[in-house]
This record gives sequence, structure tokens and C-alpha cells, in this order.
Amino acid sequence: MPAMLLILLPLAIAAVAYVVPSNRVRLMILPAGGTAHLVLSLAAVSSRGSGRGGEWLAIDALGGLVLLIVSTLFAICSFYAPGYLLVRLDRDSRLFTSCLFIFLGMTSAVALSQHLGLLWVAIETTTLATAPLLYFNRSSRSLEAAWKYLMIGSVGIAIALLGSLFIAYAAHLSGSEVSLFFRTLHENAAGFSRPWLRGGFVFLLVGYGTKMGLAPLHSWKPDAYGEAPGLVGALLAGGMTTCAFLALLRGYAIIEAGGEGAFARELLVTLGVLSLLVAAAFMVRQKDIKRLLAYSSVEQMGILVLGIGLGGLGIFGALLHTVNNALTKGVMFLAAGNIHRAYGSKNVTEVSGAIRRLPMSGPLFLAGFFAVTGSPPFGPFVSEFTILSAAIRSDRWGLAAVFLAALCVIFIGMGTTVFAVVQGRPSEESLRHTYKDRLRKTLPIFVSLGLVLMLGLWIPAPLRTLLEEASAMLGARP
Amino acid sequence: MTLFADPVLVLVMLVNFVVLGTSRMRATIRASAAQGAILAVLPLLVQQEVRWHILVMAAGAATLKGLVIPGLLQKAMRDVQIRHEVEPYVGFLASLFIGAGGSGMAILFSSKLPLAPEHAGGLLVPAALSTVFTGFLILVTRRKAISQVVGYLVLENGIFIFGLLLIDAMPFMVEIGVLLDLFVGIFVMGIIMNRIREEFASLDTEHLAELRD
Repeated sequence: MPAMLLILLPLAIAAVAYVVPSNRVRLMILPAGGTAHLVLSLAAVSSRGSGRGGEWLAIDALGGLVLLIVSTLFAICSFYAPGYLLVRLDRDSRLFTSCLFIFLGMTSAVALSQHLGLLWVAIETTTLATAPLLYFNRSSRSLEAAWKYLMIGSVGIAIALLGSLFIAYAAHLSGSEVSLFFRTLHENAAGFSRPWLRGGFVFLLVGYGTKMGLAPLHSWKPDAYGEAPGLVGALLAGGMTTCAFLALLRGYAIIEAGGEGAFARELLVTLGVLSLLVAAAFMVRQKDIKRLLAYSSVEQMGILVLGIGLGGLGIFGALLHTVNNALTKGVMFLAAGNIHRAYGSKNVTEVSGAIRRLPMSGPLFLAGFFAVTGSPPFGPFVSEFTILSAAIRSDRWGLAAVFLAALCVIFIGMGTTVFAVVQGRPSEESLRHTYKDRLRKTLPIFVSLGLVLMLGLWIPAPLRTLLEEASAMLGARP
Repeated sequence: MTLFADPVLVLVMLVNFVVLGTSRMRATIRASAAQGAILAVLPLLVQQEVRWHILVMAAGAATLKGLVIPGLLQKAMRDVQIRHEVEPYVGFLASLFIGAGGSGMAILFSSKLPLAPEHAGGLLVPAALSTVFTGFLILVTRRKAISQVVGYLVLENGIFIFGLLLIDAMPFMVEIGVLLDLFVGIFVMGIIMNRIREEFASLDTEHLAELRD
């Protein structure tokens, strides 16, 4: 039952937020709802079972990890949101708040789902719930972003459905009773028809890869993240992509159990490297800070699938990196949102001197940059280093070299833009904007950065256990 | 049972070519509606025994794909007063040829895949794959937002056909979920199309080309 509650509670809050007439009350609902969900998630994950099978919703290690990531990120964003919505009182916050909570409910459903079909339905619903969030600014540019996001996202999801059906047919051919519950799929996968299993994984990878924004399926990402409010960008880059990654991992676990793991890993490594290279190419000389963050997200997704593709230690690294990616994206997008608001622009030609203009958001943006590019002592350094050593341990030196080279190019390319933003003198025009850095809008970012820093220095024992159990579900032997 | 299903599937594949080859928007919407309605008959033909949930699904599919969604699209079309798909990225004749090539590939590819004895030799897999391909082709080659939605519908139709292979195995809830998602998806797309019209006074996605690097 607690599993069900994790989905129903946000949906109920969404309904309440839509009905409540007062804006002030609605703004208080946000942090309260976010905190309540986080507390419930923590309780549910700490008392997780192994999943008896036959249940539609249950918490296993892999889903529990994603649930915690999404819930933590949402809680952070929910404390940031009131400050943002207060300055945007010209916009109706009813639909916005409701969609945020529907998004939370549906991402929880993705994390808890134990069934390939249900997982698909939940991912599709998250897509639909986020489309109105993208269009919050009601400009022609945000409209274009929402349309592309919806169109490309829906096609991706449709292809993922075809992949799920292929896997079901692979099961059907083996003569076993067809059930799309993960537990049954894992148990019977060894007898599945190999061509259908392979085809199914390819379609799942293309479909959910589109939702993750892996190159070359990332064309919607810079537009969507570029036009979304910072808060929505954080939730998409940290939450939505994590959910899509989970869906891909569920597919990977099946094909791995079916004895075609090597085939899948080759595909993952290829797409991972391609994403790193594409991201590096587009991040150099990128003028728009939110689009820069979008390409950074393409890079991070590449690192995730690369880690899985390397197998063994790389799987642990990739899962740890999932946590780091979500929290770091929280820091970057929320800080970028504040900068955008203070300067009325997100173009680097008009934004400079952020450290002087914004004594908190500016340094946070800079620290976030160091974290996201994998500098010590932040968390991503540890996870990226783990993935790198997985490559070296399996004697894939060429791959390790390409990985390192791409990270270096990205560090320099992203650094050029970020330093231009934070250094120098704020322009006369930016000082005329009334926006001021307030603790209310920066404290959540500090918390997020604090967590990223903590993960770089120390991984709490329960989290480590969770990560190890989740890696074992993907065939990594400790 | 494939004895009865195959002529219907041939019809579905023919509709693909109608959608690919016509420029009149009303005709493409009608064609996709007809395709949706024809598809709704298929569950009745391919199953071994009649079960109530399949009847419900067939009725649901027929209403959604044959009436509701085309209705929404027709309304959008009337609102914005467009009748023709103009200057697609790939010409109508060319896209017909590509579509024919794709269908041929689909038939070849499906003959290589292992099939359960009850599906062997039938047209379900080739029809599904070629319809998916057609939908994808429309999506990437047409400019108008409505045409793109039609492409998405055709793509979904292809997946629906593939789902019929598993009609005895797929749980009811998922089937309904699929239909519901499709409906909500089109609904939200309809709203956005409406906004595009207000914003740009036409439904040409060419206007949506401001965002690029």
C-alpha cells in the first residue's frame, strides 16, 4: 500500500492545488507536498522488499534508487518554486503547480512499476504532464519547444512500445506464458527468441533513448531546456531523464538475463561515445547558458549509458552518476534560472559579472560548473572516475582515451562560457532589473550543492547498499 | 483465422499509400480515420475465441480512431482554414516510392523473423512494420502540424497491428492504457496546435524554426 500512496498523494495534491483559489496557499502547498513525498519515499525505500513478483507496483533496489533521486530533486525544487512563482504572479500558477505534482506522481509510478507495459504508460504520462510546464512562458519560442518536445517525445515513446511488444513476442515464441512482469521476464528470458529479443532492445533503446536525449536522438533537448523555466529544466534534466534511463535499464536487465548482454552493451557504448562527442562539439562556443546546460545533459546521459555498456564496476559508477547528475543539474538549472531572471537574458553576450551582481547564485553557478564537469571534490568526479577505471580494467584503453578527451574538451568549452558569465562587470542594464538574490531562492541550491559535495567525500552506507543491490540487478558481480 | 485477417491488412496497407500520396488534408485525415476504423475489426478476426474484453477494446478503438480523433483534427483544420499540405520536404510521388520500398523491406525483414505457427505466412508483421514506417515517413517529411499528427496516428496504428500478435497474452489494462494515452496525446497536441494557430495564424511548423544553434 505505501507504494500506491507515493503515487496517489502527489495526484491528490495536484487536484487540491488546482482547486484552491488563493495563490498564497498554493505556494505553501508546494514545499509541504515535496517534503511529505520525500519522507514517504525514504521510509518506503528503507523498508523495501525484494519484490515477490506478480505485483504491479513494488519497490526494488533499482526503482527505489530512482524514486529517491526524483523525490529529493523535487523536494529541492519545491522549496525553490514559491520564490520563482512569486515573481511571476502575472502567470497563472494553478496549472503549473498541478502539473508539477502530476509529474511527481507519474515519475514515482515509473520508479515503482514492475511491469513493462505499466512502465510505458507511466513514462508517456510524464511526457504529457511536462508539456504544459514547458509552455509556461506563453511565448512563440516556448510554444515551439513544447511542440517539438511533445512530437519527438511521443514518437520515441511509440517506438518504445513497439520494443516492449517485441519482447513480449519473444516470450510468446518461447512457449512460456506471456507476462510482462519483470520478475517473470528475468526468469524466462534465457529461453526467449533471440532475434526478437535483440530487436526489442534496439527499439527500447531508440525509444527511451529519445526520452533521455542520447545523441543522435537529442534534437528536442536544447530547445526544451532552453525555453523551460529553470525549475522545469532541473526537473526534466534530473528527473525525467533518470526515469527514461530506468526504463532503459529495465530493458537491459531483461536482455542481459536472456544471454544477449554483450550485444546490448556494444550498442550502449556506441551511443554513449556518440553522445559525448556530439555534446562536446556543440558546447564549444555555445552562447546560450540554458542550451549549454542541455548539451551538458546530453553528455551526462552519454556517460550513464557508457558506464552500463562497460559492465561490472561501470554499472555501479553509472548508477552513482545518476544520483550525481540529478543533484548537479538541480544546482545548475536553478542557479541559471536566477541569473536569467536577474539579467533578463540567458545569452552570454549580455550576461557578465554574475558573481558581483548575484553574490549567491553567481558562485553557486560556478561551483555547479566544477561539479558537473567532474572536478574533485564533488560527487561526479567519483562516479566518472569509477567509470573510467572500469574502462581501464577491461583493457579498453582507446575508449578510456576518448572519454577523457571528450571530458577535457567539454570542461574547456563549458568553462569559457561559464567564466564569461560569472566574471567581469555587470552591465548597466542588468543593474536596472529589480531582481535581488534572496536566501529563499538560493537555499535550496545550497542544499543541492551540499549533497553533491557530500557524495564526493562520503557515500552513506544505506545509499551504498542500495547502489550495490541495484548494480547486482543489472548483472554486476561485486 | 488469418484467412479473414489478411484481406483487411492489405486494405490497411493500401490506405498507407493513400495517406502518403494525397495533398488534400481532409482526405488524409479521412484516410487515417478509415484506417483506424478498419483496424478495430481486426481484433475480432484474429482471436481464437470471443472474449468480452476484446469486444470492449475493439469498440474503444473504433470510436477513438474512427470518430473522436479525426473529429478533433477536422475541427482544427476548419479553424485554421487549411486544405492542402503544401511543399512537403519530400514530394508526394517520391514519398510514395519510398513508402513502397519501405513496405517491400518490411515484408522481406519479417520473412526472416521466427514466427509462431499460428502467425506464420500471415500479413500481420509486414503490415505492422510497413505502417510504422509510413507513419514515421509522414512525420519527418510533412510541414503542417496536422499532417504530423496524422503521421503519429498512422505510426500508432502500426503498433496496434503488432499488438494483435499478442492479443491472447496482453493484459486488458495495458490495452486500455495504450488507447487512453493516444487520446490524451492527441488532445494535448490539439491544444498546442490551437496555440500555434493563435501565435502564428497558420499551422505550418516551418514557423517553428527559431530555435537552432
